[in-house]
Amino acid sequence: MIKLVGVALIAAGFTLRVNTLLVVLAAGLATGFAAGFSLNDIMAMIGKYFSDNRAMTLPIVLMLPVVGLLERYGLKERAEVLIRRSNAATAGRVILLYTAVRQLSISLGVSIGGHAGAVRPLVAPMAEAAARRRGGDLSPASVVSIRAHAAAGENIGNFFGEDIFIAVGAILLMKGFFEAQGVNVSVWAMALWGIPTAFIAFAAMWWRCRLLDRRIEHAATIDQKPGGVH
Amino acid sequence: MEACYALAGLYLLVLAGRIAGESEHPRRWGSSLFWALLGVTLIGAKLLPPTLIGYLVVAMVALAASGQVRRGAINEASRDERLGHAKRLENRIFWPALLIPATAVLGTLVLGQLHFRDVWLVEPKQVTLIALSLGATLALTVALRTTGATVNIASREGSRLLQTLGWSLILPQMLAALGGIFAKAGVGEVVAGLVTQAVPTEVPWVAVVSYCGGMTLFTMVMGNAFAAFAVITGGIGLPFVVLLHGGNPAIMAAMGMLSGYCGTLLTPMAANFNLVPAMLLELDDKHAVIKAQAPLALVIFAANMILMMVLVYRF
Repeated sequence: MIKLVGVALIAAGFTLRVNTLLVVLAAGLATGFAAGFSLNDIMAMIGKYFSDNRAMTLPIVLMLPVVGLLERYGLKERAEVLIRRSNAATAGRVILLYTAVRQLSISLGVSIGGHAGAVRPLVAPMAEAAARRRGGDLSPASVVSIRAHAAAGENIGNFFGEDIFIAVGAILLMKGFFEAQGVNVSVWAMALWGIPTAFIAFAAMWWRCRLLDRRIEHAATIDQKPGGVH
Repeated sequence: MEACYALAGLYLLVLAGRIAGESEHPRRWGSSLFWALLGVTLIGAKLLPPTLIGYLVVAMVALAASGQVRRGAINEASRDERLGHAKRLENRIFWPALLIPATAVLGTLVLGQLHFRDVWLVEPKQVTLIALSLGATLALTVALRTTGATVNIASREGSRLLQTLGWSLILPQMLAALGGIFAKAGVGEVVAGLVTQAVPTEVPWVAVVSYCGGMTLFTMVMGNAFAAFAVITGGIGLPFVVLLHGGNPAIMAAMGMLSGYCGTLLTPMAANFNLVPAMLLELDDKHAVIKAQAPLALVIFAANMILMMVLVYRF
């Protein structure tokens, strides 16, 4: 039970909004000590796992100069121009289309997009532009909601498409786990049974995107009424 | 592969140098040191002893927690300037951006296949990252030509984005390290033990509920469904759903992992998916992405669990 001290620290630290890095480090130290490791053992573990997971940071760092440069030269602005030409575009539809592309491509084993490479420079600005074209100025709350849904679309597409492709981490990990346990399970079967939930996830995203559009439209009609909130 | 990390690390060192030279930066030495240390850990991961890297990480955390890592005075291009460029370049501005996914597609199709007997040019599991690194480099080259900008401008714009992210960039790696410590300390076994004690897993559908719930909850704690999978499947899934009740292991594993992903959508522990994007999109509320995802995660979780209940004992 004492080993759960780290979990408790994380919960407390996140609730009290202490610097997140500090909370994580404290939780790591507390858990390590509770399990009887020495300080140097814990430092070695932190160093090892920190290094093992460099791949999490790499794409963002490498993507920064090119995304920053394109932003300076009007990538977002051009994306907005294109979106304004389309009558059918709404924030929700832009995000849903991106989710579909992301989910389909990754289910075929191709990882395109990403938060740094696509959501920030393209998807979020296009969704915002589509909403502005329809409803005029957006409230700050609507902007936050649109951007957050764009990020959600990336995650949903990524997570629930990935498990259908057999040569990726998740399926290989499951296969490895079963082999170690002496259970024979085919990778194809695991990929196949990921498909129903993939459809459910996409349907759920479709529902959220429709709701997002309705909310934006609703906020816009309140704004346009005389005496409404400006 | 190491070359990609060295490239990223060198770039961070260059940025650290830039920041040290910004005389109007509010905390230039602390910020510069932070990015330099991150660069060193990227380059030196295979060269330096892990204990040393551990202490370097502690130094980075100390810098971040004491408010030394700040963004400098950033001169962003005005909207008019950007609109002017957008008008001049029209759709040409998209080519570099589209090069990145195009390289990813080609890279996956070609790089992953190149091998001489058993010697692979690129290890299959690293194809995605290598294709991405190539794509980013290629896109940068083309972007410099299209826009006519200098390397200096690209490096400055990269620095602007990097400082927008700030120290939260290393959160994912930090949380992964915590997950590793949790696993080594046996936190998973404690959680799995608690679940099996508290729940009557001898009823088939209850076993499914506790397995799916366990995957989601434990993923939220660890921030990582992969770490949860071994623990919860070993502790609940395999002994109860498969061995005791005769469930289909493929269905259980596939849908169990997806229950874990629902947990990933809900937790700040999965910083690279939830918190870093909020910073990238410049949202004041760090948890805005999680809030947008919560209804999705709950609906998908419920549907996925019901599907498993219906299917796992039938096939």
